Amino acid sequence: MALLKRLARHELPLVSFTLNGETCSGRAGDTVLTAILTQSDRLRLSDFSGNPRAGFCQMGACQDCWVLTSDGGRIRACSTVLEPGMNLRTITEPRS
Amino acid sequence: MSDAIRPLIVGAGPAGIRAAQVLVNLGIRPVVIDEAPSGGGQIYRQRLVPDERSAKDLYGSEAAKATNLHETFAGIRDRIDYLPETLVWNLRDKAADAVTGHRTRRIAFSHLILATGATDRVLPFPGWTLPGVFTLGGSQVALKSQGCAIGEEVVFLGSGPLLYLVAWQYVKAGASVVAVLDTAPFSAKLQLIRGLFAQPSVVFRGFRYAAELMARGVAVRFGVQPLRIDGTARVEGVVWRERGKEHRLACDAVGYGFSLRSETQLADLAGCRFIFDERDRAWRPERDGAGRTSMPGVYIAGDGAGIAGADAAELSGERAGLALLEDAGMSVYHARIGVLERKLACISKFRDVLESAFPFPAVWANGIADDVTLCRCEEIAVGDVRAAVRDQGVFELNRLKALTRVGMGRCQGRMCESAAVEVLAAACDRSPDAVGRLRAQPPIKPIPLEVAAEGEAA
Ligand SMILES: Cc1cc2nc3c(=O)[nH]c(=O)nc-3n(C[C@H](O)[C@H](O)[C@H](O)COP(=O)(O)OP(=O)(O)OC[C@H]3O[C@@H](n4cnc5c(N)ncnc54)[C@H](O)[C@@H]3O)c2cc1C
Ligand code: FES
Repeated sequence: MALLKRLARHELPLVSFTLNGETCSGRAGDTVLTAILTQSDRLRLSDFSGNPRAGFCQMGACQDCWVLTSDGGRIRACSTVLEPGMNLRTITEPRS
Repeated sequence: MSDAIRPLIVGAGPAGIRAAQVLVNLGIRPVVIDEAPSGGGQIYRQRLVPDERSAKDLYGSEAAKATNLHETFAGIRDRIDYLPETLVWNLRDKAADAVTGHRTRRIAFSHLILATGATDRVLPFPGWTLPGVFTLGGSQVALKSQGCAIGEEVVFLGSGPLLYLVAWQYVKAGASVVAVLDTAPFSAKLQLIRGLFAQPSVVFRGFRYAAELMARGVAVRFGVQPLRIDGTARVEGVVWRERGKEHRLACDAVGYGFSLRSETQLADLAGCRFIFDERDRAWRPERDGAGRTSMPGVYIAGDGAGIAGADAAELSGERAGLALLEDAGMSVYHARIGVLERKLACISKFRDVLESAFPFPAVWANGIADDVTLCRCEEIAVGDVRAAVRDQGVFELNRLKALTRVGMGRCQGRMCESAAVEVLAAACDRSPDAVGRLRAQPPIKPIPLEVAAEGEAA
């Protein structure tokens, strides 16, 4: 279930992307964090205890919003702009 | 002469833009670097793409200032070298390492103006890592830049002017705000009366926000001691103590923070001397009234130099730009310097009032339980810090970091340093200034591994 609630920007063009294998859509000008958290309630599991996390600062400071791309890369969701066709995965395994 | 002057400005918020403007006016071409995709900084952050909202919708009472700043930046755009979406991750002697995407480059400079701003100061309490808990600043970013509320039923918690501002902005935008929980007692707000002489419009605006929130049925509570945020997979409610009684409200999101903390890593890497600022309850670079640090040719302005707000950031940015010009032997308009310094002094007096109206909850460190996560990145508990004091006699922050990994994670202490200082100081019975500060280490934020290697080789 979504965490964030859209209050504005309802008319902007749709941008489709894939999240954990499912096709989803966000809006032009969304960050990856917004695009994911308007459909889902987590971005990753914490590195050690594996507790769910969904970002915190939304300004590139806390580093708690990293998600995976299909090529195995990591992106910081709050400071990455959503692009059409992005293939994203939330982190579902603790690091260690 | 101006050819030999090649200043680098880090940060394109109110401080950095005003500094750039002053330099450009005298024919100097600075390099301006900012991590964000466009200028404006935190308060005057711009959307990624335009939408139906007006400047008034986004910036409220500050719309004219925001528009003016954005227009100024657009107007000097072709007279500066602007690198957006670029992080300065290291400083060396007269050169900065900057990364844009996967590309790093070294940028030489003659002078450096640091205008790096601030982020929320947070204190941990049970449940603070749950999905649905965001900082106050983060809650505001969600709204301004993304047009989103952090949840369906939102509670705002903590202290500082942003608490009421963000709650009010949420209500205005149509979000459902359940409560504003202020950790300061109501009596502290009476301090604001002292501020009526210095900044009447700011004080009245604050009262208006609080009054409008109450009029719309938002519960506004004072003297709140946060106990926990309930939930397993996400936020389900918030529990606090008030006048000895426990209260609970259901909600699905919490925005919280306790004022701001300056981003000072680059000043540290630049070798600037730091002093402890009692008002900010934090270390900050030492500076004179013009923004000169202890390092020749290094200037600092805006909230990165100590928390003073957006208007002060514009003024101090301009002042730092003028200081650079003065030091480079160029003639500047002295009457303007007098005006800037007087206005800055006036705002500084007002900050004293704000601090007493929104005091830091100094009792927090004694009340927080051992099992609460202190460091989000490395998942170190409050009790681990206390154990390090008890068992290993630690009384200094960098030693604590080496032993427990607090402050060693990806955020480099941005989210835990304030709390670690408080817990450490309380546990070894010292004052916060006596336990030291975390030393900055490059890269100051995570960068791609191959970029770091390239940077070292270059
Ligand atoms: C989310 C948030 C909301 C705020 N809202 C208000 C408000 O409504 N009213 C108010 O008076 N104050 C507000 N503040 C306080 C705010 O910090 C100041 O008012 C104002 O933005 C300070 O201006 P500045 O130029 O000093 O810094 P900022 O506006 O913070 O700008 C600093 C800039 O530097 C950039 N930067 C920092 N480090 C680096 C680096 N290493 N490399 C590249 N770029 C870097 C950042 O991306 C940022 O754009 C807010 C603060 C935050 C964090
Ligand atoms: S949410 Fe903090 S870095 Fe992205």
